[in-house]
Amino acid sequence: MNLKDQLKNDVRFVEGLKACINCGICTAVCPAAQFYDYDPRRIITTVQKGNEDEIRALLTGDTIWYCGECLSCKTRCPRDNTPGYVVQALRNLSIQSGLYTQSERGRQQIKVKRQVGDRMLAYGYCVYIDEIDTKEHPEQGPVWDWYRKNAQSILTRLGANYHGEGAGTLRRISDADMEELRNIFKETGAIKRFEHIEKACHE
Amino acid sequence: MNEDGKKKVWCDYQKEIAPDHYYYARSCIRQNFFPGSEETFLKIVGEVLGKDIYDDPHQTTCTGIAYHSAAIPMETTMTVVARQFSLMNEAGYKNFIPSCVTSFGIYTEMMEVWEHFPETLEKTREQLRNATGRTFRLPENLVHTSDIIYHFKNEIAAKAMYRLVNKRTGKPLRGVEHIGCHYAKIFPVKGLGGAEFPCVLSGMIEAWGGEVIDYPERRHCCGFGFRNYVIKENRGYPLSNTKRKFDSMEPYQPDFVVTNCPGCTFFMDRWQYVIAEMEGKTYGANGMGIPVLTYEELAGLVLGFDPWSMGMQLHQVSVEPLLEKMGILYDQTKKYLGANGEALGRPELPERLKVYENDHPC
Ligand code: SF4
Ligand code: SF4
Repeated sequence: MNLKDQLKNDVRFVEGLKACINCGICTAVCPAAQFYDYDPRRIITTVQKGNEDEIRALLTGDTIWYCGECLSCKTRCPRDNTPGYVVQALRNLSIQSGLYTQSERGRQQIKVKRQVGDRMLAYGYCVYIDEIDTKEHPEQGPVWDWYRKNAQSILTRLGANYHGEGAGTLRRISDADMEELRNIFKETGAIKRFEHIEKACHE
Repeated sequence: MNEDGKKKVWCDYQKEIAPDHYYYARSCIRQNFFPGSEETFLKIVGEVLGKDIYDDPHQTTCTGIAYHSAAIPMETTMTVVARQFSLMNEAGYKNFIPSCVTSFGIYTEMMEVWEHFPETLEKTREQLRNATGRTFRLPENLVHTSDIIYHFKNEIAAKAMYRLVNKRTGKPLRGVEHIGCHYAKIFPVKGLGGAEFPCVLSGMIEAWGGEVIDYPERRHCCGFGFRNYVIKENRGYPLSNTKRKFDSMEPYQPDFVVTNCPGCTFFMDRWQYVIAEMEGKTYGANGMGIPVLTYEELAGLVLGFDPWSMGMQLHQVSVEPLLEKMGILYDQTKKYLGANGEALGRPELPERLKVYENDHPC
């Protein structure tokens, strides 16, 4: 199946590309276009044209990884396109086809997998205080070091249930619930995606 | 225009908010970075407003950050969302209220996909059944948690101990509100006031006596950008976005910033610290930053909750300048105490950003 047809299998592509009139409004409101060499209008034009080589160039390049997925473009497009959705579909295909490994930004996916993916499977949260330090996150500032050092006492004062059983802020999610979450990840292909990304990284 | 026509024009900017019986879906970022805010919300809704709200131990992440970072397939997010709805069904609730704007966008998007592509709903049902044995029904009402506070803003105002008014001058305090992109930009009809007149936070500020600042980059993204933040090398992106906003609001001299999404709260607080350390630039008075609050904290202050019991000592930008302006009676000596009143030392001082200490910045 050619790349354009594969894109059409993604509902985000179908939802995101109706008919583009090249007006450039999406680019005008796009924060990523303000800070990167990035232009959502050009991405939409490329996929609309449907040239296989140009779509392949998108899948192997850095461009699609610059989008911040703020979806500001969705609100403003006069033709009901959503460049942000199209980018999601392109990223998905880039990962599925393995083409993401050909760009520097694409290869960052291993870090996303290890930080967000592994944490969800370990804790049931996307982020968890125990794993976040100011070496990797210097922007957290000295208050974060103080908070982490005294986490149990501070969190108890705030009424949290840190590492505790039952409900509450930062509670430990039970083994049975984690089992359901992991089963969903297995059933829906997330685990397979994680394994592929790790394997590609080692190769 | 006749009354009916007027109603029709404005109906896109309103939304239905269930009056009671809420299933609360927690936020990963809010719990970790502003751990007192969700307890504050539960206390306001449950104790102050006397509503029924359920905090379910079985819920997990909605996978939002992973979804927007392409870490997982869309089917994974759809099925996790379906499981959260299944938990809500099991607990006997119909009104689902997520505590995160990213989550709100995720739940709303997945429901729309199921509606537009019914075959995806069938597939999600099958995958959820295979993975967990569960079935699910959609919520009858799904709104963001800040919508609930907005809905009861006048009740809160009636019980207020403090107002957003400068105690010394008697003038309204001036606030910047940041509603977060995924609140009304993805699905404008799902946000109060839509994308054109979003009023979820401005309504709170005005109901509690403050004044809302309109500034050029008011609707600009905070810059989270998901993978643009998760990966250290990309963090210039969120930093630059937030700096653009602060540079734009600076001439209006805000007394505070209030945010809808926990990610935005974090960035607007912490990037002020980074900008100060990197460039020596600060946006508040006396070398300090502009206090950045979650809407739970803002409501809590108005209701007279103790700032340190709400966790406001965990902000990197000192909040005391706002407390002083509101005339809040707070005990500075309790700021850095632990659960049993024990002294926990104090965070190191940043090199350049001033921190409020003992009635003066240091
Ligand atoms: S979703 Fe992406 S393309 Fe759309 S405005 Fe945001 S950063 Fe730009
Ligand atoms: S705003 Fe819409 S129509 Fe205009 S260039 Fe962007 S995608 Fe095309």
